[in-house]
Amino acid sequence: MPLLEVENLVVEFPTRRGTLTAVNDISLHIDEGEVLGVVGESGAGKSMTGAAIIGLLEPPGRVASGRILLEGERIDNLPYEKMRRIRGKRIGAIFQDPLTSLNPLYSVGRQLVETIQTHTDLSPTQARARAIELLTEVGIPAPERRVDQYPHQFSGGMRQRVVIALALCVNPRLIIADEPTTALDVSIQAQIIALLKRLCREHGTAVMLVTHDMGVIAETADRVAVMYAGRIAEIGPVREVIKNAKHPYTHGLMGSIPSIGHDSERLEQIPGSMPRLTDIPTGCAFNPRCPHAFDKCRTVRPDLLPIEDSWTACWLYDGEEGRNKEASKKLVAETKADAVLEGNNG
Amino acid sequence: MAEAVAKKREARAKIRDAGGHEVAMLKVQGLKRYFDVSAPWLNRMIERQPKQILRAVDGIDFEIGQGETFGLVGESGCGKSTVARLIVGLYGPTEGSIELEGRDIAGLSRQQMAPMRRRLQMIFQDPYASLNPRWRVRDIIAEPIRAFDLAKGQAAIDARVGDLLETVKLNARDGEKYPHEFSGGQRQRISIARALASEPEFLVCDEPTSALDVSVQAQILNLMKDLQREFGLTYLFISHNLAVVYHISDRVGVMYLGKLVEVAPAKTLFTTPRHPYTRLLLDTIPDLDMSGRERTPVAGEVPNPITPPPGCTFHPRCPFANERCRAEIPMPRPLSDGAIVACHGIEEGRIPDGPMLTLPARPEGLA
Amino acid sequence: MADTNMTSGSGFMDGMRRFFDGDIWYSFTRSPVTMVAAAITFLYFFMAAFGPLVAPHDPFDLASITLLDASLPPAWMEYGDPRFLLGTDIQGRDVLSAIIYGSRVSLLIGFASVILSLILGVGLGLISGFVGGAIDAFIMRVAEIQLSFPSILIALLINGVLRGVIELQNQADLAYAVLILSIGLSNWVQYARTVRGSTMVERNKEYVQAAHVIGIRPVLIMWRHILPNVLGPVLVIATIQLALAIIAEATLSFLGVGLPPTEPSLGTLIRVGNDYLFSGEWWITIFPGAALAILVLAVNLLGDWLRDALNPKLR
Repeated sequence: MPLLEVENLVVEFPTRRGTLTAVNDISLHIDEGEVLGVVGESGAGKSMTGAAIIGLLEPPGRVASGRILLEGERIDNLPYEKMRRIRGKRIGAIFQDPLTSLNPLYSVGRQLVETIQTHTDLSPTQARARAIELLTEVGIPAPERRVDQYPHQFSGGMRQRVVIALALCVNPRLIIADEPTTALDVSIQAQIIALLKRLCREHGTAVMLVTHDMGVIAETADRVAVMYAGRIAEIGPVREVIKNAKHPYTHGLMGSIPSIGHDSERLEQIPGSMPRLTDIPTGCAFNPRCPHAFDKCRTVRPDLLPIEDSWTACWLYDGEEGRNKEASKKLVAETKADAVLEGNNG
Repeated sequence: MAEAVAKKREARAKIRDAGGHEVAMLKVQGLKRYFDVSAPWLNRMIERQPKQILRAVDGIDFEIGQGETFGLVGESGCGKSTVARLIVGLYGPTEGSIELEGRDIAGLSRQQMAPMRRRLQMIFQDPYASLNPRWRVRDIIAEPIRAFDLAKGQAAIDARVGDLLETVKLNARDGEKYPHEFSGGQRQRISIARALASEPEFLVCDEPTSALDVSVQAQILNLMKDLQREFGLTYLFISHNLAVVYHISDRVGVMYLGKLVEVAPAKTLFTTPRHPYTRLLLDTIPDLDMSGRERTPVAGEVPNPITPPPGCTFHPRCPFANERCRAEIPMPRPLSDGAIVACHGIEEGRIPDGPMLTLPARPEGLA
Repeated sequence: MADTNMTSGSGFMDGMRRFFDGDIWYSFTRSPVTMVAAAITFLYFFMAAFGPLVAPHDPFDLASITLLDASLPPAWMEYGDPRFLLGTDIQGRDVLSAIIYGSRVSLLIGFASVILSLILGVGLGLISGFVGGAIDAFIMRVAEIQLSFPSILIALLINGVLRGVIELQNQADLAYAVLILSIGLSNWVQYARTVRGSTMVERNKEYVQAAHVIGIRPVLIMWRHILPNVLGPVLVIATIQLALAIIAEATLSFLGVGLPPTEPSLGTLIRVGNDYLFSGEWWITIFPGAALAILVLAVNLLGDWLRDALNPKLR
């Protein structure tokens, strides 16, 4: 049984101009100790998915349908108090801005001790010892001294380490990390990622890593889900998705990342931009930007289909349209060659 | 349209000095900018604290040739954005000179600067903050046209604004709208259109794509390259993203704590990085080729620029630092292949060459 | 290229459409209290604007006033006269008409003093926040000193000084000016502090830097770029201040240093009527008092709603 199962999750935002669907019928699972990357551009619904799982959707957002199961137990319909206990004990959270996850008025130690004591029976002295142990574990120098300092006395990287310590302090089975490195400098980013990877390996913690940064995914995740306009476009082993992208969107996304050593005058460019939630195209949401779109893409929404080792929501891979898998593979391979597309609007 | 472009190209024929040598578009020498970040006077007296000086930019030299793209890269707080603001005159320098095609513009007053401003424009990082939310796009783009008196009459201004919008691949009718009606990438295009409105020769771009999604970043980078070719622009491109800098730049300067530690042609810099900090930065680039290379987590963090370490400011994080590095400030020295490096170790030849740097194992995170 | 259609200004209709489509209008239609408050405020404005046309009598027309009508109770009471709905005062003036004329005066002084303090406060706040340094320190110290006294005290002080300087005696026009000045000058600090704060935020935004790079004169940057972006909170303060200014005027008039009884504001009416409160003619003071309370409450409710509607965090 997977650690976390998300089945047909739909997240909606009722507004006075109608209900917006931020996450539209996605299903995924995370196994014990696995790192699942969820990648997408702003507006793809990736953070919403994370927030829905930990039950921290900002109102008026709500889970409209679908199920979320943690170790086989439904957690999407729990009352607040029960969910809060799960959040502390079985699911940890790490957010983009470490400053907002820490209370500026309390010392780092007090916040750690409080969290530890809420979820375990440790005495204050034991909890404090555990807090210092955790700070050591996340690589904070002189933890005995630092434990009594306040968040503002830490640098950005150090603060994120404290947040990680806070997330890990009761040994959760799953951590939802939403853009944990985005606010950090590149050299610090590498430190934090290495730390996260090491700790999860040691503790056997599964991670759902939500980010826009393919680079972070490439070196951290075991599997990756690529999201577009509230849906999963492609999901599979990270190597398969990155090196052998099936969905034209994933393909374009990979091509648009500049990289050192690849000399090209122009970057591959996906024309247009992610649709707003208010006007998501019918059929495949990507069809107006897709170089391979045909009639069916404009009318019928594709579901995930298994292709090789991964799953892709794209009609190119559906046999019925007279495009068998070989042909579509060729088509996608050609994307790279003729990908210098003129973009209109950014 | 095509005629105008040809004319512009001609006008941009490289300016040469008396000896026939090409004059650099921008030449920065000994540029320094200090900020006084002390507590208020009264507090300082009561708490007996000394004045605190932040050396945001602490003596840098570089040149940008006409039509060239010079990339400036470094982590947050290294002073790269301050350099941008010094060049466009948002800050006055504490010391040093900034020459635009041979004319020193450092510390000129607003009036004295006026004739130079038209030729020197800036693109900002945050597409949500760089456009006045209360103005229509057409007024935003027309502002420089009106300020420099580049078109006579409303009709001419409107036509020019429409042109500019189309130049950045937007619709001429978009001028009627307000900034909030556009996506981040579209706003950055508007920002670029405004910068182009005064027909500048030199654009200072401060992290122009950092706030954008990758697919939109690709659109903007491509657009910037196209515009450079079309109008013969010179760019100073500032970013923390090495891959982006590599992609767009001809030459690259690496900044650390207010100083340039290495300047080299882009290819040279990325294939044979010299300065240990440059190597560190290259090591932190995520590996998208899935070659299995692990990022080497680099020890330590950028020190507080108010109290920088003595000697070479990088020495606390540098695995090759010795006594000299801790005491003596290294001067930038040119190497045979055009790179300029400020490092005692490189000068003495005690740091091995190599595309990448394998740092000695250290407990991660301990400075 | 020619058909850019950029100048043809459908600006006003466009603006109206955006307003009625916008969140502010929406939150207005969702708040019955606010709608009632707005209706009452509008009613007062209407009465103030068309006072002489609306009022059943002209309380200043000596020809129509007779002492025979003096001290009549409201129309529904015993001895009440249907001509005088809310009764008459001891000189035979219709209380309702006096309230209508009085509201006119109260609103006029309220508005004028709010505009005065708004211009003063926004101007000083802009300069303070934009220029910074010694000028900022000076303006803010003055503001802080002034803020440490109750504003009615400041108004009384200014009022006293002005009355001392310009021997006004019975010159009603000057009494207006003195009231407006003393209330206006005592209330600019709020605007200045708010505007200074937002100016300091806006000043560092990139669109302002972009204007600097273009070489726009600082005065113009302040005026064209920063001012429109700091006015939102000012509108809220101004609404709430309007209520306060009306009260301040009433207080001054009640204390006898405001408008003379020949040109009564609501405050003057209350003061004059106050003398007869215990001799049984309660309507002479209670009705103007209620009118004042209702006006101030309505304006205050509008201000509260506006503050919430303009605050993106509460939306």
